[in-house]
Amino acid sequence: MGNLRGKLLPPALAIVFSMLLCGVALVISGANPLRAFGAMVTQVGKGTTLVDIINSSGIYYIAALAVAIGFQMNLFNIGVEGQYRVAAVVAAVVGGSIALPPGVHTLVIIIVGALAGAAWAAIPAILKVTRGVNEVISTIMMNGLAIGFSAYLIRRDVFGELRGNNIRTPEIPESGWMPGISFGGSGTMFGFLFVAVALGIGYWIMMNRTRFGFELRASGESSTAASAGGVNAKKMVLVSMLLSGAIAGLIGLPEMLGRDHTFSLNFSAGVGFSGIAIALLGRNHPGGIAFGALLWAFLDKSGLALDNVGVPREIVTIMQGSIVLSVVVAYEVVRRVELAAEQRRVGRELGTVGGAA
Amino acid sequence: MITTLEEKPHVPAAPRKRKVPGWAVGVLGVAGAIVLLSVTSYQTGFLQLTSSGTTQTAVRLALPILLAGLGGLWSERAGVVNIGLEGMMIMGTWGAAWAGYQWGPWAAVIAAVVFGALGGLLHAIATVSFGVNHIVSGVAINLLGAGLTKYLSTLIFQPLSHNPRQSPPVQPFETYSAAGLADWLGELEQGQRLIISDVAGILRGLVTGVSPLTMLTILLVPLSYYLLWRTRFGLRLRSVGENPHAADSLGVKVYFHKYVAVIVSGALAGLGGAALVLNAGQLSYLEGQTGGRGFIGLAAMIFGNWRPGGLLGGAALFGYADGLQLRSGGETVLALVYGVVLLLGVIVVWQLIRRRWFSAAAAIVVAVVLYLLYISLDEIPSEFVAYAPHMVTLAVLAVASQRLRMPAADGVVYRRG
Repeated sequence: MGNLRGKLLPPALAIVFSMLLCGVALVISGANPLRAFGAMVTQVGKGTTLVDIINSSGIYYIAALAVAIGFQMNLFNIGVEGQYRVAAVVAAVVGGSIALPPGVHTLVIIIVGALAGAAWAAIPAILKVTRGVNEVISTIMMNGLAIGFSAYLIRRDVFGELRGNNIRTPEIPESGWMPGISFGGSGTMFGFLFVAVALGIGYWIMMNRTRFGFELRASGESSTAASAGGVNAKKMVLVSMLLSGAIAGLIGLPEMLGRDHTFSLNFSAGVGFSGIAIALLGRNHPGGIAFGALLWAFLDKSGLALDNVGVPREIVTIMQGSIVLSVVVAYEVVRRVELAAEQRRVGRELGTVGGAA
Repeated sequence: MITTLEEKPHVPAAPRKRKVPGWAVGVLGVAGAIVLLSVTSYQTGFLQLTSSGTTQTAVRLALPILLAGLGGLWSERAGVVNIGLEGMMIMGTWGAAWAGYQWGPWAAVIAAVVFGALGGLLHAIATVSFGVNHIVSGVAINLLGAGLTKYLSTLIFQPLSHNPRQSPPVQPFETYSAAGLADWLGELEQGQRLIISDVAGILRGLVTGVSPLTMLTILLVPLSYYLLWRTRFGLRLRSVGENPHAADSLGVKVYFHKYVAVIVSGALAGLGGAALVLNAGQLSYLEGQTGGRGFIGLAAMIFGNWRPGGLLGGAALFGYADGLQLRSGGETVLALVYGVVLLLGVIVVWQLIRRRWFSAAAAIVVAVVLYLLYISLDEIPSEFVAYAPHMVTLAVLAVASQRLRMPAADGVVYRRG
């Protein structure tokens, strides 16, 4: 099986399988799947949908990069969800309470966000390195704590204020905003998207052109071989976790700097878990992740059109879930098939060598 | 080493002597906890700490955690990490509501079990047959469970309840109370005598308003213990979690036992969902109702060191903290901090007797910090109380992770070959 085909076939299969599955579900529930999918595709051209998709995929892209750094060395940072939540509150509180010249102010907010995310990730990282605590459990617990911590910080007697029916942090002054690219009636693209692209390029360079990236991938391939080769496993865990947390700290910023200028109770949740799914779909590759993020954002935003044709739009969530599960199964199946083919090939060659001797 | 801090519920049983049988540790732990709570409520004046109302709420809130934890126990004992418990529980809540409003509570229980088991089956297919990473599959099942129930409730519940996030009301179980006993205990509770009144309050909470589901759940703990530790099937199942290759070479059907374990795990998590839906306070499916309880169940299981008795203790502790906050608010939970300081005091004395200077010093430091917290705060912010299980779990893991022993092949993908 060709290398490229081995990489592209599983996600394609997974998407087709999930579409079929959801199609069947739609037929059973008495809707016309073709009409539903058609409505989703035509929705892209309407109103601000296209710009919304691009904005949203930028956010997903950052989330998936944060997850992918850990995944590269089999480190499961389930805590991206909590890290970005805490970072967003802290960044909003700091950004709303300082006065700095434009540009510098934005930069300070970004740095604070990254530091806060890294700090929240540091707790499970330190627990893992010093006490051997499994990062999956500790980051799940940190996710719960993050919800409580952020809710506490925006209490009215702490940092929050009541605006309308919503509790939120003080608004960030205009000097801290990040201008976007306006398309008039079609919406405004977040300026932060350029940061997302830069992060993707930086991620690729780090993974493929630096010693750290090599050691990271080596640790993921075989931790014993890597440590035999002189890679300090504890340092790798610590650094990759902090890096992952720092990038996670940026997830909330496109919306905050480009649109909301505050952190409120209806801050979008669940992006961290979507990031896990997208990183899996894109196999931790910056290009693959970009594709996955676009797909996710398309499903999210075009799904809104389903209400018009009388289909509950939650069907897209089912589709997302079944895509993740079937893509990991597909990758595993392809890997086994390739492994078996490889074994046969080696066996054949050895057989001929043996026969000739 | 700072290893003894984890022995929170059972103070006197801390020594390493493994001669003390498990049930004795449990009895001593319960007795210790009651004495501690009793002294705390006497010292701080918060009688709610051991009131029958608090106990009743605690039991109600502990049930879903306990069931999710049992689910985690079954699956992890067979070597499959199950963080999809949350998703399976969500599916259970939907199933319970769907069957419950049509055919009553017993149908709700059965449907919840079936829906949860389906989630478990999916996890088993992905992890056992296809060898997908357990964490990855669990995350996917959580996404899928949430999406599926959202879709189905919009489709089926919205026309009936006019709210896509809620089901029509479900018929509850009839509850039973041991009337004569409860009255007598009530009199004792009113008596305000140290320890006697507290024990009476706790017992009264345990025998009042008991639903069949509560009894079933409590029975499932010894039943799980019996099945997993006292039968041939259980031995095989656990051997699969410890060393699947060795088990296979002895003729144990590894895949079969893993499948059974993970499906039972899903069924138990689904039953936990039913416990949420049939809860007297809600009686319907609500979106986001599980609120991470599947994860807390997992935490309770780790707290209990992958054993049913410890898991029961963990679920009781987490349910109790939750129930206390719900019924009496943050200042009562602060009284609990005082209780922890007392407990640490006992631990310090114990450590000094055993000449473990370092851990005694560590316990003193923690006790002083907590005491300062206690006198400087008026109440624990409600935002944090709900996440007390998370903090306790992190603390237990940090202090005792070297002493916890999980199944040796937990989370390892096994391939027949």
